[in-house]
Amino acid sequence: MLSRADVEKVSLLARLELTAEELDRMTTQMVQIVGYVEQLAELKTDDVQPMAHALEVHNVFAADEARPSLPREAALANAPHHDKEFYLVPAVLGE
Amino acid sequence: MSVLRHSVLRHSATELLAKLNAGEVTSVQLTQAHLDQIKQHDGDVKAFLRVDPAAALARAKEIDDRRKAKKPVGLLGGLPVAIKDLLCTEGETTTCGSKMLEHFKPPYDATVIKKLKAADAVLIGKTNLDEFAMGGSTENSAYQKTANPWDLARTPGGSSGGAAACVAAGMAPLSVGTDTGGSIRQPAALCGVTGLKPTYGRVSRFGLVAFASSLDQIGPLARTAEDAALLLEVLAGHDPLDSTSVDLPVPKYTETVKQPLKNLRIGLVREHFGEGLEPETEKAVRDAVEVYKSLGATVKDVSLPHGKYGVATYYIIAPSEASSNLARYDGVHYGHRTDEKQMVAGLAEERNKLIAAGKTAQAEALDNALVRMYRRSRAEGFGPEVKRRIMLGTYALSAGYYDAYYLKALKVRRLIRQDYDAAFAEVDLIVGPVTTSPAFKLGEKVDDPLSMYLVDLYTVSANLAGIGGISIPCGTSRGLPLGLQLQAPPFEEERLLRAAHMFQQATDWHQQFPAMVP
Repeated sequence: MLSRADVEKVSLLARLELTAEELDRMTTQMVQIVGYVEQLAELKTDDVQPMAHALEVHNVFAADEARPSLPREAALANAPHHDKEFYLVPAVLGE
Repeated sequence: MSVLRHSVLRHSATELLAKLNAGEVTSVQLTQAHLDQIKQHDGDVKAFLRVDPAAALARAKEIDDRRKAKKPVGLLGGLPVAIKDLLCTEGETTTCGSKMLEHFKPPYDATVIKKLKAADAVLIGKTNLDEFAMGGSTENSAYQKTANPWDLARTPGGSSGGAAACVAAGMAPLSVGTDTGGSIRQPAALCGVTGLKPTYGRVSRFGLVAFASSLDQIGPLARTAEDAALLLEVLAGHDPLDSTSVDLPVPKYTETVKQPLKNLRIGLVREHFGEGLEPETEKAVRDAVEVYKSLGATVKDVSLPHGKYGVATYYIIAPSEASSNLARYDGVHYGHRTDEKQMVAGLAEERNKLIAAGKTAQAEALDNALVRMYRRSRAEGFGPEVKRRIMLGTYALSAGYYDAYYLKALKVRRLIRQDYDAAFAEVDLIVGPVTTSPAFKLGEKVDDPLSMYLVDLYTVSANLAGIGGISIPCGTSRGLPLGLQLQAPPFEEERLLRAAHMFQQATDWHQQFPAMVP
């Protein structure tokens, strides 16, 4: 069964910071929901092909033509932190 | 004015369009009447997140002027249309009901927005929704809780709760929603309006903020099947910007909707009438089936044996896709970002404390500043349900669990689709309930996510199979509206609309309005 430590590990994978209280509640709720979805195990599906998509279309190609792309200014307009050229993030090197 | 208001707020979009074209009413008058209704009642209903009366009226006037000058006017010819705030509108705030996107102004219009503008719709406002469309009651919006116009203590359903409530409340004759697991059909049912989820691929998803990309589909909410046909005709069609939109011609839904279906074979799903279905709702559905019989339809029992696994399958696939789609909200490209100075200072303090306590291993295991920035920005920007879905999806896709959950769900998804294919070999339409009961009370299910998920019992399978479905008003229980769901094979929207129109010609459930509509 899903433990609190598992949920904490998943929260890092999901890039979510959860408070101690949120972790407790999330664990309880995920145990309940995962317990519910586990009913699928009762179905025998060895010979069933997975269906990732409702429309099984493949290889939809666009014409290989240059088209205008989003101007840099527009692409940066919603960024919380930028220098008009790049997105800026906290330093990760040299800590 | 009161006579005009009475007529416009209760008229179907099709009737209003005829009046516009005949010069009996102007788009400015129509738009003003709906804006007045919003002003008077949206403080209670809270269907809209944003309304820009000046822009809407200016647009209406421009269309009126064009019509007066005998210049061409688009298919929607000045009709007000409300937009779910999950669809990108260029330069105009699009929040998705989330704090994450509180200040987000998309750099482009969604394809359906472009189509609506080209068809001369008057975009009257952006409607409330569950955050990123995750929920069945619109209570997961970060901004406001929408109420059901029939009973303000109850939910309008969700996630397109604002979209359905505004049509029911006479605030817009037409409204655009999205449906990933029932998010058009369920609120349509609970608010007593007509809501269509088209076949996957029928409408371009470009500019629809993604929740679960293999399930999401945009569709119309309206007062009648004819109105839904009108709006779908504008929305549908192939789009090179969405490679999953299908390159099939768009039928003239507005022309075919009035043609009754002869020798209609309808299927009643045995499993739909089991435990959990409220007797009043069951009676309304069975009465509706009698209406179809009186119109010449034959009825047959069919089985969708894997339908009972629909919710479980959905709550693996949808969160998995969501966890991947919502990874883009990282506090870097757009959306909310945590206060960086405070975050960096806090992290340094944590590290120093651990080192001082001799816990060097723990200090080294701390997030680096970038990871902490991601985690905190997302923690601050997302609400509880979105976090829950991201966590579930991340878990289902994580190493060691992928086969047991995600892959398993994809296999069951095929079984669900095969059930439909077998049923549709015998019947033209599947008819049944949309929900087990009418609108539940606000707050009733918020603390119990699993019971909220089970609200989707009758609707999720259509999304998993990729087929279309429509909800039409078919009765009431305790004065609250109930919906009838029709489902058809892929790309048979015409069949759904024609069958819905037949029903609405024989009944008047779709012409009932809550007290707030004059």
